[in-house]
Amino acid sequence: MITVQNVSFNYPDGPQVLHEVNLAINDGEFVAVMGENGAGKTTLVKMFNGLLKPTKGTVKIDGVATQKKSVAQMSRDVGLIFQNPDNQLFAETVAQELGFSLKNFGFSDEIIQKRVSSYLHLLDLESYAATSPFVLSGGERKRVALAAILVWDPKHVIMDEPTIGQDYMQKERLRNFITQLVSQGKSVVIVTHDVEFVAECQPRIVLLSHGTIIGDGPATRILTDQTLVEKASLKMPQIADLMNRLATDHDASREIIEVYAARDYLTKRIRKATELAQPRRGIG
Amino acid sequence: MAAISARNLSFKYAGAEKPSMEGVTLEVEKGSFVILTGPSGCGKTTLCRCLNGLIPNFYSGELTGELEVDGVKVEGKSTAELATHVGFVFQNPENQLFSLSVERDVGFGLENLGVPREEALERVQWAMRATGVYELREKAPHELSGGQQQRAAIAGIIAMRPNILVLDEPTSFLDPKSAEEIVSVIAKLGHDLGLTILLVEHRLDIVSRYADRVIVMDEGKIKLDGPPREVYNDQARLIGIGLPRVTMLAHLLRKDGINLSNPITVEEASSEISKLLNK
Amino acid sequence: MSLRFVQGFKFTKLDTPIHKLDPRSKFLLIIGFFATALMFTNIFVLLVVIACQIPVVLMARTVKRWLQSMRGGLLYAGFIFFANLIFGTPLIQSLAFGIRFLGVVSAFSIFFMTTSADDLGLALEKIHAPYAIAFTFTTAVRLVPTMATDAQTVVDAQRSRGLELDKGNLMKRVRNYVPILIPLIISAIRRSVELAEALEARGFGATEKRTSIATLTMHLADYVVILVTIIGLAIATYVYLKVPLPNPVVPIQLPHIL
Repeated sequence: MITVQNVSFNYPDGPQVLHEVNLAINDGEFVAVMGENGAGKTTLVKMFNGLLKPTKGTVKIDGVATQKKSVAQMSRDVGLIFQNPDNQLFAETVAQELGFSLKNFGFSDEIIQKRVSSYLHLLDLESYAATSPFVLSGGERKRVALAAILVWDPKHVIMDEPTIGQDYMQKERLRNFITQLVSQGKSVVIVTHDVEFVAECQPRIVLLSHGTIIGDGPATRILTDQTLVEKASLKMPQIADLMNRLATDHDASREIIEVYAARDYLTKRIRKATELAQPRRGIG
Repeated sequence: MAAISARNLSFKYAGAEKPSMEGVTLEVEKGSFVILTGPSGCGKTTLCRCLNGLIPNFYSGELTGELEVDGVKVEGKSTAELATHVGFVFQNPENQLFSLSVERDVGFGLENLGVPREEALERVQWAMRATGVYELREKAPHELSGGQQQRAAIAGIIAMRPNILVLDEPTSFLDPKSAEEIVSVIAKLGHDLGLTILLVEHRLDIVSRYADRVIVMDEGKIKLDGPPREVYNDQARLIGIGLPRVTMLAHLLRKDGINLSNPITVEEASSEISKLLNK
Repeated sequence: MSLRFVQGFKFTKLDTPIHKLDPRSKFLLIIGFFATALMFTNIFVLLVVIACQIPVVLMARTVKRWLQSMRGGLLYAGFIFFANLIFGTPLIQSLAFGIRFLGVVSAFSIFFMTTSADDLGLALEKIHAPYAIAFTFTTAVRLVPTMATDAQTVVDAQRSRGLELDKGNLMKRVRNYVPILIPLIISAIRRSVELAEALEARGFGATEKRTSIATLTMHLADYVVILVTIIGLAIATYVYLKVPLPNPVVPIQLPHIL
C-alpha cells in the first residue's frame, strides 16, 4: 500500500510544488494521476520510490516511510518507468539491459538468466536478445525499458507518461499489458494527460492542479465533471462530452465515457425512441 | 497550380533493408489543410523530410521520383533554399528554439537568410502578433509552457514567409488544452495567410474538424486519401489508426442497424443522435 | 558543494546598471581587474583589487551568489596557498597568491552573472568574430540547463533500477558511472541531430552575409566605465613601475619549520 500523508514539497530555493497532499493507493489498484503540465504529477510519483523526499509529511510504502530506506532499496518494491527510454538504455545488448537491475539487486546468475529469458518473451523481444538497444525503433526501445523495470517483479509499478508519441495500436497493447499487471495483483500508477486512453481503461483518477488534489474517484465520475476537467487543463473524453450534451435534452446517462458502453446505451435508447414513434397496430 | 506535387516518390535510408517510402504520388491544392497519419514507421516523417530538402541533404539514401513544392522542383536544392517555400515545425519545442528571448528567436531565420534589418524587424513583429506570442517576446524559451514554445517556433517559421507549412506531430508533448489551442492557431494562420498546411498527427479527435483531406499511410505507401468522413472507414480501422471516438461510435451503431453519417466531431454526433432520440 | 560554486557564474536577468552595460565595456572592466591582479604580487594591492569589485557587486545586486563563488574559490585559493608555502614561498606572499586567484575568479563571476549568453554572443558578433563561434557559444550556454536536467533524469532513472552511486571502492564507483555517461552522451547526440535539423529548417548557412536584428549601443555609462578602467589601469601601471610598496614579511617558512 502506498500512503501519502500531508505531503508538501518544494525544491531548495524553488517554488512549492505540492501542498499538503493526502492519498492512499491500495495493493492491486489501478490509478491515473492526471493534471496540467507542472501540476506536480511527476514530483508526486518520484516520491513513491524515494527519489524525492517530502519537505513536510511522510510517504509510506507498505508501512515504511521512504526516508528510512535508500532509493535502491525502495525500488525493489516500487518500479518507476520513466517517460523517455533513452534516459536509461546503455548496455551492449537488450539481454544485458534487462540483467542490469537484477545484478544491482543481487540476484544469482541463474535466476538472472531465467528472468531475463522470461521477460524477453513476455514483451516480444526474444529476437532482439543479442541486439544493441540503440538500433531498435522508438516503440521497441520503449518495450525494452518496460521490460527492464518489470524484470525484477516490483509490487508497485509506476509509469510516467507512457502514451506520449505512441500510435493507436501501441496504446492498445499498453492497455492490455496494464490489465495483465493489475490482474497479477500489482498496483499500477500512471501519470498521464491522455484522457481518451484513460477513458478506455477506466482507472481511479487522482486529479492534481497546482500541487493539490482537486478530485479523486472513478473515471466515470471525474472525467464527466466539466468544471474539474477544465480546472486541470484537460478535456472531457469525446464520448463523455457527447453524453453530456445529450443529457441536457434527453436525460441521457452522464456516467458513460467509453465507446462500447455508449453504443450499448444509445442503441437501447434509440430503438426505444423509434418504437415509440411507430404507429401502434390495431387501432381501429 | 498545386502546392505539392509528387510522382512516384520513393526513399530508402542509407543502410536500410527496405525503402521507408514507396511510390508516393499525390497533389495537394494550394491553401488546403491536409492531415497525414498512419501507424508508427509508416513513412509519414520520411515524406515530410522530402518536402523541405532534409531528404536527401541531411538524411542520405536513395531518393527516386519527382517532387515539386510551391512551384519549385526540389531536386538539387538545399534545405536553406527551400526554407522560404516550405516551413517545418518539429515535434519537440525545446530543440527548435535557439535564442534566449522569443523576439530574437523569431528573427533567427531571417538573420540567416540575410534579410535587411528594417524588413526583418517588421516581419518579426508581424509573426509574433499572428501567433499570439507578442506579449512573451522578452521571455526565454525555457520560461514558456510547451504550447507557448510551439507558438514561438511557428512564429519563427512563418516569419520566413513560406507558402507551405509542414508540422510533424507538434502536439506530442502538449496537454489536451494546449494541443487544441495550437491546432486552432495553425488552422487560423492557414486560413488568414492562405498557407497550405500538412499536419502529421495521431490525435485525430483534435484535428479532424479543420481538415479538408486526410492521407493515411502504412508501410511506406499511401493507403487512403480523401475527406475525413470518407477516409474514417473500416479500412482505416484495420490499418490501426485512432479514429475520433464519436466516429468509432457511429461505426458500432451502424452495426446495430442505426444509421448515422460519419460524424467527426462531438457536435455533429450530438445533433444527429439528438434527432434520433427525438422521434 | 561544488554545484553551489557554479551558481556564482549563472546569469540572472536583473535591472541594474551593471546588467545594462554593453558587454564590451563590461568585459573591458573585467580585463582591467584581471590585468591588475596579474601585474601585482603585493598583498595590499591584491586586496584593493578585490575591494574595488565590491561596489560593482553591490550595484549588480548579486552579493549572495558572489559570496558563493568566493566560498567555492576559497578551496582552490587554499590549495594555491599551501602549494606555495610547501615550496618555500614566504607566508604573506603565499597568502597573496591565493588572494590573487580569488580576485580573478571574482571578476569573472561578476561578468558572467550580469551578462546573458545572448549578449555575449552578440558582442562576439559585433567585434566580427566568426559567426560560428558566437553561435556555438550561445547555444552551448543555452543547453547547459537542459543537459543538467537530462543528467539528473538519467541519474534518477538508473538509481530507480538499483544503481547505488555512493557505495563500493574507487574502481566500482567509476564503473558505476558508465550507465550514467552512456545515456547522457547518446541523448546529447540525439539532441544535436534534432537541433541541426531545426537549424537547417531555419535557413542556417543560407548566406555568408548574415544580417543582425539586435544591436548593441554604447551609452554614457559604458563610456564612463571604459574611462574609469583606462584610468585605473594607468594608475596601476604607474604604481607598478614607480611606487615602492610596503612588503610585510612574516618570518615563517614551512621548510624551515619542518
